[in-house]
Amino acid sequence: MTTTASTPSSSKDAKTESFGPVGKVLNELDDRLGIAKGGRSLMDKIFPDHWSFMLGEIALYSFVILLATGVFLTLFYVPSQTLVVYHGSYAPLRGQHVTQAFASSVDLSFEVRCGMLMRQMHHWACDIFVGAIVIHMARVFFTGAFRKPRELNYTIGVILLILAIGNGFVGYSLPDDLVSGTGIRIAFSITESVPLVGSYLAFFLFGGNFPGTDIIPRFFIIHVLIIPLIILGLVSAHLFLLVRQKHTQFPGKGRTEKNVVGAPMIPVFAAKATGFLFIVMGVTALLGALAQINPIWLFGPYDASRISYAVQPDWYMGWLDGALRIWPAWQLQAFGHNIPLEVFLPAAVLPGIVFGICLAWPGIERAVTKDNASHNLLDFPRNRPRRTAAGAVMLSFLMMLFIASSTDVLANYFKISLNVMLWAMRFLVILIPILAYPITLRICKELQQVPEGGKRKRANVVMRSAEGAYTTVPAEQRPGDGHHELPAEPVPTFIDLDEDDGVDPTDEGVRRVDR
Amino acid sequence: MSSTHDEQRTPVAITTATADDPHMQPLARNPERTERIIALMMLLGLVGFIGFGVAYWYNADAWVYGATIGTGAVLLGAGITAWGKYLMPKGPFVEERHDLAGTSEEREAFDAAVVQRGGGILGRRKLLLGTAGAGLGVFGVVSLFPLIRSLGPLPGKTLTETDWKKGSYLVDQTGRPIKTSDIAVGGVVTVFPKGYQDTENGQAVDQTILIRLTTTDFTTRKGRENWSPAGYVAYSKLCTHLGCPVGLYEQQLQLLVCPCHQSMFNVADGGYPTFGPAPRPLPQLPLYVDGRGYLRARAGFDQPVGPGYWERS
Repeated sequence: MTTTASTPSSSKDAKTESFGPVGKVLNELDDRLGIAKGGRSLMDKIFPDHWSFMLGEIALYSFVILLATGVFLTLFYVPSQTLVVYHGSYAPLRGQHVTQAFASSVDLSFEVRCGMLMRQMHHWACDIFVGAIVIHMARVFFTGAFRKPRELNYTIGVILLILAIGNGFVGYSLPDDLVSGTGIRIAFSITESVPLVGSYLAFFLFGGNFPGTDIIPRFFIIHVLIIPLIILGLVSAHLFLLVRQKHTQFPGKGRTEKNVVGAPMIPVFAAKATGFLFIVMGVTALLGALAQINPIWLFGPYDASRISYAVQPDWYMGWLDGALRIWPAWQLQAFGHNIPLEVFLPAAVLPGIVFGICLAWPGIERAVTKDNASHNLLDFPRNRPRRTAAGAVMLSFLMMLFIASSTDVLANYFKISLNVMLWAMRFLVILIPILAYPITLRICKELQQVPEGGKRKRANVVMRSAEGAYTTVPAEQRPGDGHHELPAEPVPTFIDLDEDDGVDPTDEGVRRVDR
Repeated sequence: MSSTHDEQRTPVAITTATADDPHMQPLARNPERTERIIALMMLLGLVGFIGFGVAYWYNADAWVYGATIGTGAVLLGAGITAWGKYLMPKGPFVEERHDLAGTSEEREAFDAAVVQRGGGILGRRKLLLGTAGAGLGVFGVVSLFPLIRSLGPLPGKTLTETDWKKGSYLVDQTGRPIKTSDIAVGGVVTVFPKGYQDTENGQAVDQTILIRLTTTDFTTRKGRENWSPAGYVAYSKLCTHLGCPVGLYEQQLQLLVCPCHQSMFNVADGGYPTFGPAPRPLPQLPLYVDGRGYLRARAGFDQPVGPGYWERS
């Protein structure tokens, strides 16, 4: 790249010496790797500041927690459907024939120190992971962050969501308990429902007819190696593109399509991000410690001829379960063949359409708006009413399906007949999304009329004078309020803590404080 | 990234800011107090971590581990975050966003190289291009074979057949044969053909639910006379929707309910669905009572059990 590093000028030497042994090491590294130039600009990389930009961070940190706790769990879990007699410390199960997968899952919960915490943290982190991805994706959608030049990164994000949901399902199937075993049975039947090749696909996936003895070992390698590896690669690509294309930002003072305004990576963003990683870890640990999740010892081992009441999957599978519940009993039976539309449409075609629309959205929007420009400034959702309304349609549709996955529980709770509940959901799943569009459109248009809409309002202080007259003055700025007041400047190389450069300490924005 | 390209646009400048620069100010109004609060949070976080170490050493209750390390991590994390937010230079700072797209010359050169090397050098050997393409395509297809076909056997007749045969004894899960005197009216038991444990998936495929509706011979549908001796009816326990065990029996309404997706089947009416997504009735097992009073199958199921699939006729 450059030869100046190996033939330093005298002034450069002087500077180097003033940075001591660390500077010396950095220079040696630069001689070999050429890190000075890129390293400096990486440290100065600007991260815009907005609460909604941390949603993706939650997903990333949950993934870190999943990797860490997951590696711990693999040290004890045995992916085998061989039957053994349980002899562990959980008395109600003692003497029962259970698979090694189930026995080892119970054992790592009760016999291994911290095992219960790790297992519960792993499960909680997964639920948080998928949830954070969904909310992050909603933010990206409603603010138009998916537009050119970021369509590719958006696509990667949607694929990551699909992989996360898939790996979540495969993962909670591994303990081979009564509830997850029923989930595997349903997965077999859904695979079977594919026209023409369904039974072949199911037999190849399961190594024979259900249940067989291959599915747990296969799910294990899918869960711990294949999908995590793909996720890891795509997350890396996601972050690389984020750095390469730079972050989007909301419009505001001094913010243009041509710049990024915010805090530098080192040290400000790094501090906030590191702290936030610990917060996410801490909250997950507290959940894992205090909120029971998936108590497999209460469900018992899987037995193909038994079932538990109110069987429900993890939350991110709820919309598919709801679709299966409320779909009418349509099947095609003709010419000696059967197409189980009552399964294939809700469980295979419907998710295909939902994720297909997600993937196609940047193209759909470009075709409608004819907008082929690059966008680095985000939209406020109210300023794009039609997109926002379309998003509301999709979200309300999925939410209705999600609610439909608990028809039995709701019917019981509201003391109404299951039939009424089912028919209500069949209508609501169509009706609510149709209503969501005009209502959202209207709300957006009304919000556009509000001046200073969406900005934090400064409080007013009401003063009473000695004569009894009332006056109102704006309150003093709170931390964060004045953030946009100063014009943004490039990050300086040095911060000279001693030298007095003659700035008047009483100038606006200057507070001389003890350090 | 090309270094010369960057140097043209951003010459390396060593810029100096002083401590009085407005951008260098912390956001906190009272930095000293903020620093003390943050230090206290981090210290409490440290106490939480030590608590975890102690709890681990003494093998405490499971919840203590997460409570200590979780509290510690939240406090330490909140402290570090607050340090970054309130005590580090508040900025705002700015960074220019360079065009990702190259200049028109760069693009032209790149396009020309791709088109010329692709179309010119490769494209003129049409024969080689075609054979290489065909080879790669076939390679792609055949290399998938072991990934798919090696994974499992072909379905064959396994989906259409069960272990129920003419004369099969009805046994419960422990293998004990069922007599007509064993179950009271309204009683339900899951039964299997005798010897079901010897087949690999017998328990999953053969599971049948035996219900006693009354004490006299019963007919659930036309053409099923003599199928239900002494009030006993038997249906495949596999839901015709997705194969869950149809495990809930509502005695008053004589309905079998699948807990997975709430399909309901009328056991007095040939197992036909009355509600929910299941499209087909539960296959009924014809029964008879042998000379010693044991319940036995008159024949196997007359149709495949469980959910639908392409080859199901």
